[in-house]
Amino acid sequence: MLELFTPELLDKSILILVLFLVTLGIAAYSTYFERKVAAFMQDRIGPDRAGPFGILQPLADGGKMFFKEEIMPNASDKLLFILGPSIFMVTSLMTGVVIPWGKDLEMFGRTITLQIADINIGILYVFGVVSLGVYGIMIGGWASNNKYALLGAVRASSQMISYELAMGLSVVAILMFTGSLSMKDIVESQSGSILNWNIFAQPLGFLIFLICAFAECNRTPFDLPECESELVGGYHTEYSSMKLGLFLFAEYINMFISSAVISCLYFGGYNFPFMDMVSNPLLLTVLSVASLFSKIFFFIFFFMWIRWTIPRFRYDQLMRLGWQVLLPLAIFNILLTGGFMTLKDYLKF
Amino acid sequence: MSEKNLIHNQSLPEIQDYNILNLGPTHPATHGIFQNVLKMDGEIIIESEPTVGYIHRAFEKIAEHRPFYQVTPLTDRLNYCSSPINNMGWHMTVEKLLQVEVPKRVDYLRVIIMELARIADHLVCNSVIGVDTGALTGFTYMFQEREKIYEIYEEICGARLTTNIGRIGGFERDFSPKVWAKIKSFLKEFPPKYAEFMSLLERNRIFMDRTVNCGPIQADLALNYGFTGPNLRAAGVDYDVRVMNPYSSYQDFDFVIPIGTQGDTYDRFMVRHQEILESLKIIQQAIDGLPEGNYFGHVPEFYLPPKEDVYTKMEALIWHFKIVMGETDIPKGEVYHAVEGGNGELGFYLVSDGGRAAYRLHFRRPCFIYYQAYPEMIKGTMLSDAIITMSSMNVIAGELDA
Repeated sequence: MLELFTPELLDKSILILVLFLVTLGIAAYSTYFERKVAAFMQDRIGPDRAGPFGILQPLADGGKMFFKEEIMPNASDKLLFILGPSIFMVTSLMTGVVIPWGKDLEMFGRTITLQIADINIGILYVFGVVSLGVYGIMIGGWASNNKYALLGAVRASSQMISYELAMGLSVVAILMFTGSLSMKDIVESQSGSILNWNIFAQPLGFLIFLICAFAECNRTPFDLPECESELVGGYHTEYSSMKLGLFLFAEYINMFISSAVISCLYFGGYNFPFMDMVSNPLLLTVLSVASLFSKIFFFIFFFMWIRWTIPRFRYDQLMRLGWQVLLPLAIFNILLTGGFMTLKDYLKF
Repeated sequence: MSEKNLIHNQSLPEIQDYNILNLGPTHPATHGIFQNVLKMDGEIIIESEPTVGYIHRAFEKIAEHRPFYQVTPLTDRLNYCSSPINNMGWHMTVEKLLQVEVPKRVDYLRVIIMELARIADHLVCNSVIGVDTGALTGFTYMFQEREKIYEIYEEICGARLTTNIGRIGGFERDFSPKVWAKIKSFLKEFPPKYAEFMSLLERNRIFMDRTVNCGPIQADLALNYGFTGPNLRAAGVDYDVRVMNPYSSYQDFDFVIPIGTQGDTYDRFMVRHQEILESLKIIQQAIDGLPEGNYFGHVPEFYLPPKEDVYTKMEALIWHFKIVMGETDIPKGEVYHAVEGGNGELGFYLVSDGGRAAYRLHFRRPCFIYYQAYPEMIKGTMLSDAIITMSSMNVIAGELDA
């Protein structure tokens, strides 16, 4: 019984708490950042009332969400109506568990791994948990008992299911030459020179993964589930108060996690150029974390950049893109990778 | 309708559960208050039933009890995206009934205002197509440009949206130097910014996929419904009131009528785009060839005399009183005058029995006609197509319901 309370447990607990808070903080500030980026792109000012430069805006929004009147449609299924946003939020918070956030931290004479769980099926875990999130949307949209919400939910679920396939296949190519499903191993295999980053070995795979990540996060040009010009609010039409907040918030968390996964899979995760020249282990850890987060922030910005630039697809065009373009391309990418690997073995270089 | 767009073919299974979706009257995509009861098979529209009349304000009836100068504000509220065109159309209708000739300068000033209004109208329509396809950014930039047009209106008449510009017989005052400066700076600064906006959408693959073959209408069908304006020209018929039946000296100007081929959303978008460029040319020509002369014609029964005369001259005082109280008699007669409005032929059918107000006034409102064809245009398409078909036809609730 006693051996349960190891120092490791304490480490992990602290790490979980920190990750939880950081995820929430980044998601909250992504909303602020999104509004600022949108304002910048649209030649507006954006939020600037709450605090200097409006930096307290997310707090004000959160407070507002909590104090809003809670409206539950009479004809809705009460239990599922509450369950929907909860599932969506929980699943999106769970995905961050397997991501290696930095080099091991040497502190108090012990080595602390900056990863909550280095499970050997890490990437599969991410896919599994992310695809559970669609239940949140589906249940929420269905339980609202509103036609627009139902249409949004149907769009969301069919979109996420069809894009998950191409996404998974694009990652298979990485697994083929990394030989591991563990996120840590994938990141470690990209250490050293910048040319070891998977983006150079897998440009096509990266492109497919990026497009699918947009679709998974329901971001423009794949924001059909909630496109305000057609479906009013999509699956969250009937939601109000903090339950709406959970839906919106979970999307930003998804965006953050997607950016982290993209960085880990294709951009070397916490690796950065000239890593060997840093000798101080503490400094190395700090720099590695900073490196991962700067990559993540770049991708979050990229998500926003796309959103405020291009129009969205039509439902059938989106399905066509997923099944008829991305899926065959992903399979072709696997073949290509396999071919190269065989050739490499054959020529022995 | 082309085969490709007809996702839903005629061969329907006998027993099927359809979904009734109430699109509107308050829906973010219906710009104004329209209702469409859609019978849907999943996302595909089987049937649609439009409802009109949500903001019917009985303008035609109100106009029967008002002196003519008080009808101008009513016309503002028809197509409120291009109210100066409506104002000018009404003034010209009355002038036609009174058989008054206005000076050439008035014609040219009117042309400048009308073309500015056309640009404003088309800018709203085209940028809103962008918004409805999900590209919000271009919209904000184009609204800044529209704002400049509104500032020009403001400088001319003091109002912005419901302008009430001008009077029967001309203008209340000549354009000030500030107005000319604003028009010139607009002509100079607008084209590059507009080109930037167009480059966001014009050849954008997603945008083209969304709009090409979306909500098409063939030329003969469009003519049968009575389409006019950009929506008819997009279908390939080069009918433009400015050329077919010139008014306000449009015959003096050299411009091209752009036409489309398919009559789909992309064609409507591109026709409006080209018309904006043509309007810029017309404004430039009007400025270059602006004749000297008076800014109002001789219509003492309707054109208010100058204030100094009212205070000093008997005659002017009488006219002033009679005009303001709406006590000027109108000759007996029946006229129809049409102008090329923001989205089609805007006609005024005015019958006078010699009283002090119109016996009957009918507005030929193009939006009302487009909306009749809407169910047929969206049949068998998807919900998303229906939304952008609506925005590309630029159906404006104020004009639809009058």
